[in-house]
Amino acid sequence: MLLIHADARRGLPAARPLLLAQVDTALTPDTPILDVRGLTKRFGSTEVLKGIDLKVRPQELVFVIGPSGSGKSTFLRCCNRLEEPTDGSIRVAGVELLAHKVDINAMRRRIGMVFQSFNLYPHMTARGNVMLALRKVLKMPKEQARAEADAALDRVGLADRAGHHPSALSGGQQQRVAIARALALKPELMLFDEPTSALDPELVGSVLGGMRDLKADGMTMLVVSHEMRFAQEAADRVVFMDGGVIVEEGPPSAIFGAPKHERTRAFLSRVLN
Amino acid sequence: MDQALPPTRWTIFLDTFFKASVIDQYLPSILKGIVVTLEVAALVVICGILLGLTLALVRAYRIRAVNILIVILVDMLRALPPLVIILVVYFGLPNVGIALSNFAVLWLILTLVLAAFAEEIFWAGITATPKGQWEAARSTGLGFTQTLLFVVMPQALRITIPPLTNRTIAITKNTALGTVIGVPEILNQATTATSFAGNATPLMMGAVAYMVIFIPVVTFGRWLETRFAWRRA
Ligand SMILES: Nc1ncnc2c1ncn2[C@@H]1O[C@H](COP(=O)(O)OP(=O)(O)OP(=O)(O)O)[C@@H](O)[C@H]1O
Ligand SMILES: [Mg+2]
Repeated sequence: MLLIHADARRGLPAARPLLLAQVDTALTPDTPILDVRGLTKRFGSTEVLKGIDLKVRPQELVFVIGPSGSGKSTFLRCCNRLEEPTDGSIRVAGVELLAHKVDINAMRRRIGMVFQSFNLYPHMTARGNVMLALRKVLKMPKEQARAEADAALDRVGLADRAGHHPSALSGGQQQRVAIARALALKPELMLFDEPTSALDPELVGSVLGGMRDLKADGMTMLVVSHEMRFAQEAADRVVFMDGGVIVEEGPPSAIFGAPKHERTRAFLSRVLN
Repeated sequence: MDQALPPTRWTIFLDTFFKASVIDQYLPSILKGIVVTLEVAALVVICGILLGLTLALVRAYRIRAVNILIVILVDMLRALPPLVIILVVYFGLPNVGIALSNFAVLWLILTLVLAAFAEEIFWAGITATPKGQWEAARSTGLGFTQTLLFVVMPQALRITIPPLTNRTIAITKNTALGTVIGVPEILNQATTATSFAGNATPLMMGAVAYMVIFIPVVTFGRWLETRFAWRRA
């Protein structure tokens, strides 16, 4: 059987090999990391996503904005199948996530996710939080996992907090541990769902700083957030969602400077004032 | 004290509950009762909690038919007084050709009853764990079982400890029900001795024996509670 070793390509320690049959498109440097087509999601009879199309290219930071209830979180959660899409196609690095035979756990570790409420494991230290998936998913030996966890915590500026439990960390520190937890798996794509919304204003900067560093290191990111200033400064593209569809997308200068749609203008005038 | 004085209420009380000669005579049988009670209690606690934990873990997989069975079984065991089940099984089952020893019946029924309550307590702990914990773990590629074992259960167990300790103590004390089917545990030894001696001293010895066993258990439960009480984020 023909096998492609997905990790060899990324210079990672060996893990589960990927069946060639899962790779639906040839991987080139231009292959979008995330390629969403015709994505719909219904909860019972309410259609929350009504056909989303979006490509995120390698090293791009795409920002999703939109009013409450427009489906931003649902969209993001479909991208690692925490939410089961109703229809459509989602490809991550060329692999169809919605294929029947896909190994969703193997794919999820290639897609980092950061939540509004951090969701750190309260019974583990910061280091334990980061190590868990390294040990149980990547099957790393303990010493190596520990070193990798400490390296990831160092990247978010928390090397000195590795032994603390979440309850002994500030909100900003907790969220950076959560980023380190995702980062340690060396994901190809990171999803952020309002990563700073639960933080006191003075702690927002440290988390945005961590995301800025990730961007500088070439991470591909899809971010739902209300931090419009951060969007203007760091995003490559801004997507405006409303009512389960993408209304408008473009570079931040265009979306913030000259929005084409009335709904975009109305939303921006509300949030920017 | 002068022998000629008439007995006071106090000396009658001492004579009824703490008569030295009776203590001497029946201490060995009470000690035997303690051993039997400890044996049954230990087996019930270990088997009951393990079975309850297993049932709760199985229930977490939400297989409909299996869960309906678990709920029916658990609710029946929680609704029936243990004494009723013990009598039905001990005196009823031999009629259909299943004759279990009195020791086995006491162990089995108390194990099942503890398992039923433990299952509900563990299940409550599992469902009380925030959904975000599942989502965070699954988003890093952990499977359902891994998430259940490494993320959810450690948190569920922490909130489980106080109610589980209380319930375990309550059900373990039901080893005294063994006396009605002749299991030679503490109460059985004490009542037998009391009728032979014509004096309540053995019953008092039994009460003291229960305290000697259960006060350390209660203290241990309290220690467990503080041990597992990490502060929440
Ligand atoms: N599990 C669910 N069951 C039913 N409806 C849901 C569920 N999750 C979300 N919805 C509905 O889907 C719609 C979109 O929700 P979603 O959380 O994606 O919005 P959002 O854009 O992230 O909003 P916010 O900015 O408030 O976070 C809402 O109307 C919500 O009520
Ligand atoms: Mg949301």
